[in-house]
Amino acid sequence: MSYNGFELWLIIGLLGLGTFLVRFSFLGLIGDRDLPPWLLRHLRYTAVAILPAMVMPLVLAPDAATNAPDPVKIAAATATLAAGYITRNVLWAMLAGVVTLYGLGFLIG
Amino acid sequence: MSPSRPRTAFWRGFRAALPFSLMVVPFGTIFGVIAIEAGLDLLEAMSMTVLVIAGASQLTALQLMMDDAPLWVVVLSALAVNLRMAMYSAALAPHLGPAPFWTRACAAYLLFDQTYALSVVDYEDRPADSTAAKVAFYFGSATPILPLWLISSYAGAVLGTAIPEEFGLEFAVPIMFLAIIGPALRTPAHIAAAFAAIATALALSFLPWNLWLIAAGLVGMMVGAEVERRTELWKARQA
Repeated sequence: MSYNGFELWLIIGLLGLGTFLVRFSFLGLIGDRDLPPWLLRHLRYTAVAILPAMVMPLVLAPDAATNAPDPVKIAAATATLAAGYITRNVLWAMLAGVVTLYGLGFLIG
Repeated sequence: MSPSRPRTAFWRGFRAALPFSLMVVPFGTIFGVIAIEAGLDLLEAMSMTVLVIAGASQLTALQLMMDDAPLWVVVLSALAVNLRMAMYSAALAPHLGPAPFWTRACAAYLLFDQTYALSVVDYEDRPADSTAAKVAFYFGSATPILPLWLISSYAGAVLGTAIPEEFGLEFAVPIMFLAIIGPALRTPAHIAAAFAAIATALALSFLPWNLWLIAAGLVGMMVGAEVERRTELWKARQA
């Protein structure tokens, strides 16, 4: 990480302020104005778009030693995603991922 | 159902939130650990967790900061993860809108996935409840979550300084994200949005300044929205 103190605090401040403004947006404007349906439709998909896009390159990133994607990471990622999809529960998904990551890591060495 | 007294509503919200409050503990802890590992000091890590209180977007910011992404990419990407909260805010406005300004400002600060989901369900179950009872339920549901979030972030940050590098924690962040994504893939439109975003990210990975992430987010949103629109049109034609 190569940010100086000022940049770091700027990130923290802007992220805090921006997040509050997003949360306050409609609660701040009194009343029950409805959002246009097309906008609501897009907002529904922001998290399921950004998070997988960010995570996939991390899963497929080549390992420094072998210069190829790490099969243990791919297995752990698949286990997490599958467990979350099937159980609909974040905690079970995390557990499946961690057990796979450390279990396979231990077995393969 | 008869209208609830605010005191009853507060404790109903508190009890409803208890099982969900456990979910913030691993997120808070991982955030604290990774923040220290990324190079934030205790004050910076805790300031972020107090000011933002949104686990996924804080982890997004940390991940991009570790990649040395440009400042505006860090902020925009982390904010994009939080845009869903505008939808929550719109859904709560009819119920909490009549409350005083500062009450609404505090409610906005405490708008999490859990407080939103629990409150909207309770308000639908009890349409006769007063604004005061609705406000009380809302703050009741935030009461077990906020302290657990702060304590677990702090514990993670303190622990983080003691965890050796070879523990392999760098893959903890992808695991946390994937754990959120699985349950969030509720409809074909969600799945389409995720796949479109991944394809865009991989295809445009040559773009500088993590622009591929912004592009992937936009494409994913548009694909999700379009699939939802077409699914509804199709359903309407079937009916």
